[in-house]
Amino acid sequence: MSKLPSLEDFKDRNVVEGSAYYDVDQREAPTTGMEKFKQVVNRTFRFELFIGLWVVLREMIKFDIHTVSYPAEKLPIGPRYRAVHEMQRLWESGTERCIGCGLCEKICISDCIRMDTRIDENSRKEVTEYTINLGRCIFCGYCAEVCPELAIVHGGRYENVSEQRAHYTDFNDMLTPMDMAISGKVAEYPGFGAVTPHEDERIKTTPLAY
Amino acid sequence: MANVTITVDGQEIQTQEGEFILNAARANDIFIPAICYLTRCSPTLACRICLVEADGKQVYACNAKAKDGMEITTSTENIELERRAIMEVYDVNHPLQCGVCDQSGECELQNYTLELGVDSQSYHVADVKREAVDWGHIHYDPGLCIVCERCVTACKDMIGDNSLKTVARGADALEAEYKESMPKDAYAMWNKLNKSVIGLTSGEEMLDCTSCGECAAVCPVGALVDTDYMYTSNAWEHKQVPATCGHCSAGCQISYDTKHTSISDPEEKIYRVMNEWNYVSLCGAGRYAYDYENRDVTKDEVAFANAITAFEKADTLKFTSTITNEEAYILQQLKETKGYKLVNDEAKAFQTFMKDYSEISGTSLYGSDLKVAHNSNFVVSIGTALKTDNPNARYAFNNSMTVNKGAGLYFHPVVDPVIDQMGKSVLSINHAPLQEEAALYLILDLFAKKEKLPSEVSDYLASFHNMKTITVTETIKEKVIEIVKEMKVNEATGEEEEVEVEKSKMVPKKVEKEVEVDENRLLEILNAPKDFEEKMEKLLKKKDAFMLMVGPDLYTHPSSRNLARLCALVEKYTDFELVMIPTFTNTLGVSQICELDDEAGSYSIGYNTDADFKLAGLGDGDLDMPAINQQEGTLTSINKRVNPTNVAVSYGGYVLNDLANAVLGKAVENTIDYTEQLPVAKGFQEATFDSLPNHYENDGTEKRGYVLDNLAVTSSSDESVTAFDDKADVENALYLANPVRQFSDFTAKPHQSKEKPGLHASKAYLDKHELNEGDKVKVTTAKGVVEVEVSHDHFIDGEIAYLTTFDSKLNSEALFDGYRFTSASIERV
Ligand code: SF4
Ligand code: SF4
Ligand code: SF4
Ligand code: SF4
Ligand code: SF4
Ligand code: FES
Repeated sequence: MSKLPSLEDFKDRNVVEGSAYYDVDQREAPTTGMEKFKQVVNRTFRFELFIGLWVVLREMIKFDIHTVSYPAEKLPIGPRYRAVHEMQRLWESGTERCIGCGLCEKICISDCIRMDTRIDENSRKEVTEYTINLGRCIFCGYCAEVCPELAIVHGGRYENVSEQRAHYTDFNDMLTPMDMAISGKVAEYPGFGAVTPHEDERIKTTPLAY
Repeated sequence: MANVTITVDGQEIQTQEGEFILNAARANDIFIPAICYLTRCSPTLACRICLVEADGKQVYACNAKAKDGMEITTSTENIELERRAIMEVYDVNHPLQCGVCDQSGECELQNYTLELGVDSQSYHVADVKREAVDWGHIHYDPGLCIVCERCVTACKDMIGDNSLKTVARGADALEAEYKESMPKDAYAMWNKLNKSVIGLTSGEEMLDCTSCGECAAVCPVGALVDTDYMYTSNAWEHKQVPATCGHCSAGCQISYDTKHTSISDPEEKIYRVMNEWNYVSLCGAGRYAYDYENRDVTKDEVAFANAITAFEKADTLKFTSTITNEEAYILQQLKETKGYKLVNDEAKAFQTFMKDYSEISGTSLYGSDLKVAHNSNFVVSIGTALKTDNPNARYAFNNSMTVNKGAGLYFHPVVDPVIDQMGKSVLSINHAPLQEEAALYLILDLFAKKEKLPSEVSDYLASFHNMKTITVTETIKEKVIEIVKEMKVNEATGEEEEVEVEKSKMVPKKVEKEVEVDENRLLEILNAPKDFEEKMEKLLKKKDAFMLMVGPDLYTHPSSRNLARLCALVEKYTDFELVMIPTFTNTLGVSQICELDDEAGSYSIGYNTDADFKLAGLGDGDLDMPAINQQEGTLTSINKRVNPTNVAVSYGGYVLNDLANAVLGKAVENTIDYTEQLPVAKGFQEATFDSLPNHYENDGTEKRGYVLDNLAVTSSSDESVTAFDDKADVENALYLANPVRQFSDFTAKPHQSKEKPGLHASKAYLDKHELNEGDKVKVTTAKGVVEVEVSHDHFIDGEIAYLTTFDSKLNSEALFDGYRFTSASIERV
């Protein structure tokens, strides 16, 4: 699953026009009592049951199958779904967004985030190690919500198979690859952890002298 | 001071007349916002947020004094406007940096911004470039500084280093319209804030102070932080272990702030040491020398078995005073049951001194403590290198100068610039070594009620006096009358004419006069300045609370017995209160609990000291022991308090109690099971360890452990003193002391300790002997020779150098004959 579907794709619930879905042998639904009676009689005595089976057989031999062949194929998942975390980078510069504030560590109700920080050569705070114990994480999303930097977010990787109960993931595994960040191919993250729409309206302006 | 009743927001509260309203309110759990005020220091009036209305008038709660019947309202409409504006101003140009800021979570700016609900900003001024600087062990970020001046106040009023001050910010002036439109106090506060940031008094690049770290501790925001701590942790991640500092006899209340070492190492590690800075101030040793624990120790059964064999063989237990009361008690038990000799020279000297003192005083302990010293206004220090023997005693000395407008005398052979720069109200008298008796006689002479003194003592004192006629030149003012010519307008004619007028003038004139003066030979013996008497007259003006602090120079002095008796006489016959500075951390506790012997036997076991078999909290012996930060137990402080301390870092090895159990055939589970058994006959209480509190109340009451009872002991009616040799001196004197921040091997081990053991000397000394820092010298005394490195100590002056004791490998005590001064020759190698 390389690219997340856009928010618009997911809001689009019109499965008829322009989508990959199409109707097969759709009939008018009975409305009057007589029509309903007729339908019952037909279904009971005219073996209409087999009509359904025929439709399936007919569509099957057309080899236009819509079954998702998981795990070879995976369904996209909603951006607000809370799967395995991702660590974001800033656009263009590619700088890691995480500033090591420790709020995610503090808020985590499963106490599964831990980080080591230090002062770096430029007198800035640097995160030297960062881990999440996915075996303990309950994917509540608090960390993504509290992060002031939109650094930690929930990505779409919902598979958590592991040979061990304590399954750690560390910073670098979650970090957006540098080439992706600077190539401009990653869109601004819309999913869980992102600021909610209309946030601008709630911000008060501050006078600035210069 | 009289008790008064004031009403705060309708609630009647009792307080002392003259107490600041803020303190009175705090003592009664009434909240008044306040940022710049530090309890025990003088109010600076920098923040102005503590506004309250007292009897209808707006005043600052931190400097307005309570009067009987005062009606106080902590919040009015106008005050709310002021407070809101003040907090908005503090937020002007404040970086949105909480995410990485070390203060986040315990930041008063965050707290008050939220408390006052500041969610918008009405003010602005162009920011100026304010770059963060490293001042050595302290990091200053002026961008975060709110110029509350708490750091400056703490350094000046409490510590006495005076290393910080406000310097110009170089910002644009505030917009003129604010003066009219803004709440008055908020504007005044901002106008001042906008002009300054904090800088170093010395004007240098690096902080050169006694490194207590108090400035960073009191800083309400993240502007001042310990460089070593920076960005390593967030405040809320720490477990706070309430404890007692184990480095000196001040026994400061501290909290070890711990957290796991790293992601991969879950072991608890100490990240920093914090204190209740409103009520206790730490020194650099307590603050930064915290990671001295004995690491990675497991139960070594072979070593333990060897220890048991050693105990069977031994006849002596040698130890230092860096142990808890419980351990001292265990040692005493071992002595009582198995007959071991207990040897601890320094505690023995103190014990003897106290015993000699008790003979006259009739009490088991000296009468006062450092809290009284803080509140006194005339302090005398004799026989101690105050700033390094007990930093808190020095703070008390300084605090009484700055806050109580006090004065003081500092008697010591080693010139101490840190003491001298406390101000003009401190008079340092650098007498010759061995002349401590003269200092105590002088105090008796100056302050004792002579008619009450035993006659032989007053006769002896009188023998130093001598009436002498001397000729003095005085300048007097004489009135001379002169006739001068002036031009004047003649009223009748309207013309100007010359008239003669008489004018009188005061002219200074020198006259010689014969006067009878009382010459006090003690002053000459002590090397006191010529104008000592005049100076004293000034220093003693309006003084009514006197404090005498004496220290370790006296305990090992050849005439320690006489000195002890003199101390008792001063306490008895003058208005002076008395505090003795115990030599090491728990010297007082050890001297109360253990019966100590003079000489060691043939085979000894040493606890934290070299012997045939060594138990070592530093991990350099035959069997490991826990260090103080890995132990539960109590320590007895200079304030005669039995303070509890706790385990900050885990320890996996054997402890003294395990050895005692094996040797004595007991099954006492924990060392602290002995807490309640500490000898009641010596003033201890039958209290269990877990019942001992360790905190300060809102009104500053110290709720820590308990205070030893000062028991009455039989005193003798013999109050005689012995004459002293006024010619005694130590030629080429060498002192036995430590640089600031160092006390023992435990202060030398931590990663932030930089001081080197060896010969420490002033600039004057180095110049005189043509020595440089880093040179190797051979120090020779009557008792031996040692080769050491030379260090420059700019916190001393004059021509006496000292040999450090903090590194026991140097074994510098062996070069001395008990007394802290010895004659020594120095030779470069
Ligand atoms: S999703 Fe919840 S449980 Fe998981 S790391 Fe974040 S805060 Fe912790
Ligand atoms: S909350 Fe965000 S910025 Fe802060 S440490 Fe966690 S990931 Fe980093
Ligand atoms: S000083 Fe306080 S308000 Fe300022 S950045 Fe630090 S935590 Fe935030
Ligand atoms: S450095 Fe801290 S304590 Fe000092 S004035 Fe600034 S804010 Fe106040
Ligand atoms: S060494 Fe002494 S003065 Fe310094 S913090 Fe410890 S107990 Fe206090
Ligand atoms: S606390 Fe009173 S002026 Fe700051």
